[in-house]
Amino acid sequence: MTEPAFFDEMTLADGAVRPAYKELSDWLTSTPAEQFRLKRREADILFRRLGITFAVYGEGGDPERLIPFDVIPRVLSALEWAYMQKGLEQRVRTLNAFIWDIYHDQEILKAGVVPEALILKNSSYLPEMQGVDPPGGIYSHISGIDMVRVGENDFYVLEDNCRTPSGVSYMLENREVMMRLFPALFSQHRVAPVDEYGDYLVQTLRECAPRHVEGEATVAILTPGIFNSAYFEHSFLADQMGVELVEGQDLFVEGESVFMRTTQGPKQVDVIYRRIDDAFIDPLTFNPESALGVPGLMNVYRAGRITLANGVGAGIADDKAVYTYVPAMVKFYLGEEPILKNVPTYRCADQDSLAYVLDNLAELVVKEVHGSGGYGMLVGPKASQAEREAYAARIKADPSDFIAQPTLALSTCPTHVEEGVAPRHVDFRPFVLSSGASIRMVKGGLTRVALKSGSLVVNSSQGGGTKDTWVLEE
Amino acid sequence: MRISIHHRTVYRYERPIVYTIQSLKQTPQEYAAQTILRWRLRSADGTPMPSFLDSFGNRTHTLVINKPHDVVEILVDGLVETRDSAGVVRGAPEPFPIAAYLRETALTEPDGALKELAEGCRGAADLVGTAHCLMDKIRARIDYRVGATHVETTAAAALAAGYGVCQDHAHAFIACARHLGLPARYVSGYLAAGDGSEVYEASHAWAEIFIPDLGWVGFDPANAICPNQTYVRVATGLDYREAAPVRGLRKGLAEESLDVAVRVIQEAEQQQA
Repeated sequence: MTEPAFFDEMTLADGAVRPAYKELSDWLTSTPAEQFRLKRREADILFRRLGITFAVYGEGGDPERLIPFDVIPRVLSALEWAYMQKGLEQRVRTLNAFIWDIYHDQEILKAGVVPEALILKNSSYLPEMQGVDPPGGIYSHISGIDMVRVGENDFYVLEDNCRTPSGVSYMLENREVMMRLFPALFSQHRVAPVDEYGDYLVQTLRECAPRHVEGEATVAILTPGIFNSAYFEHSFLADQMGVELVEGQDLFVEGESVFMRTTQGPKQVDVIYRRIDDAFIDPLTFNPESALGVPGLMNVYRAGRITLANGVGAGIADDKAVYTYVPAMVKFYLGEEPILKNVPTYRCADQDSLAYVLDNLAELVVKEVHGSGGYGMLVGPKASQAEREAYAARIKADPSDFIAQPTLALSTCPTHVEEGVAPRHVDFRPFVLSSGASIRMVKGGLTRVALKSGSLVVNSSQGGGTKDTWVLEE
Repeated sequence: MRISIHHRTVYRYERPIVYTIQSLKQTPQEYAAQTILRWRLRSADGTPMPSFLDSFGNRTHTLVINKPHDVVEILVDGLVETRDSAGVVRGAPEPFPIAAYLRETALTEPDGALKELAEGCRGAADLVGTAHCLMDKIRARIDYRVGATHVETTAAAALAAGYGVCQDHAHAFIACARHLGLPARYVSGYLAAGDGSEVYEASHAWAEIFIPDLGWVGFDPANAICPNQTYVRVATGLDYREAAPVRGLRKGLAEESLDVAVRVIQEAEQQQA
């Protein structure tokens, strides 16, 4: 059996160093191994001081665990970024057009481009959202598009996150820490800044304020609270944007408006960046048991008197079977050829695909259509025979709940591990901000790295780490 | 037929609570067989209630009382002119996609028994026949009994128990219809009885299914008939939760007592001039 050839973003197969990595490669060769270990310890102390920790669901253990941070940055050239940015803008414009269409006239279903039953019987399609008009027509104000690279010019979108993409605080903190650890390295590179993210985010949210709002819209972040795994990010972003961080109990509905309790009395809120799932956001409309949400919020939303970001029901675009139709959506809504490619995907709902998937489980990655974060997926080549058989039984019980993809040869980047500097597989989550009036992105994103040798699973819940991502200016 | 409706809902608390919010779906829409001559929905304390149209076209009011109070009182006063259309609903606002009425919901998820009941009606000559078959079977299998089920009882549980109220009959009917691929929905409204029908509840619920050539057609499995001029159609949804006349939450610890009075009267025919 031959080892699959992976594309390394620094060093080509013939040993040549790719231009974007030239200075970094020299630095890696000239820096003693002990130095990396020292810097890594220093980084740990900095992250602890910043308070950036991550709780992993279902693991118990240390709730204050740090996501491992790799001190070697990933470098993207200006050209690579320009291509990705163009593709991402196109994709996110498409996804917002799709969600709007689904909750209005459903032209794409009538045209037969996307099957009606896939959407209308989907648990991520929310009947309560039919006919709601969010300001600017935007549902996914903050989109996290997960991308992987398999070759010099081969980028794929792995999944779209229009619901509640998280991780942007790591992008910002990783940069902050890198600048403290290696100031000299930054003087050798023209690295595009990412620190405007907070400004971009608050501008985007204010542009999406309800039409009746005059003057500067009041924005707040709604968090489920300190026990949520991403609470750090919620408070971090509130700080970056200079807005209030609130919990459900701090908000209430009266008349046609949402108010937050402040020490100076109730203050009307115009835009809520909510980090609470749809099901829990309003016990009057959705899960009546939810104590996290705001009773009546949906009534105000439907009346067009509050903006919720991301929009309720946006998760229909995250469904992994819906994902397979995104290239067709680009053509349908924009009349353009898709710039970014999808990973070839088998929909187990199709009889032929199902048979193929069951016959080839050992080569495939199988995912639940509603899953995220690497939970509940099968990585065929890494799974045992027993695991594959158990998973096959789940697929057969409800084929339409699963999709399968070939195991991708994710690109590798130099990473500092116990043995020294070695290539490890990476993916990339850039964040795209949409207001209807404009699309904003900082040049960067979150690079996740699989720290175990040979591992292709980069999710932090599955032992992955992160890296700073450098987009070089021309 | 002219039907007058007086509907009073009173929540009393043993000591003051600090906050109440309610979504009220208590405003009927007009359609070919129903003209609204007068309709007033108000909170007895005069709190203004903003409203919007929900996904199904139901006029939905929001009542918020944000100060200490020990009574919430909602009053409906209406007069509706109805006509018999043999259950056919034409000219109603229809903003919700028909195929989405095939969605299963928590209250209408069919179990083996419901599916089996539904399959027993597959052989009917046409879809109207299928619907009548379902209606008769459900009425035969679920005995009418007040107080034995509650608002969260599922269709499957009602069929297993063998008794229930109009809501349960409607849910079972909807579950079976959707299993057979027929778009179906829940209807809440009023019934002006006194015409010899078997069951009498002034506040009533039934179901509608979509039949390609006819459009939406009502079926009242609790009474095993199609709605006629004695029915006032108020709100629709995928199941009870979306068409419920009241959905509310409150803040404050106090025992609640609920008092509902519904008077639905067939008005005497007006004298011809």
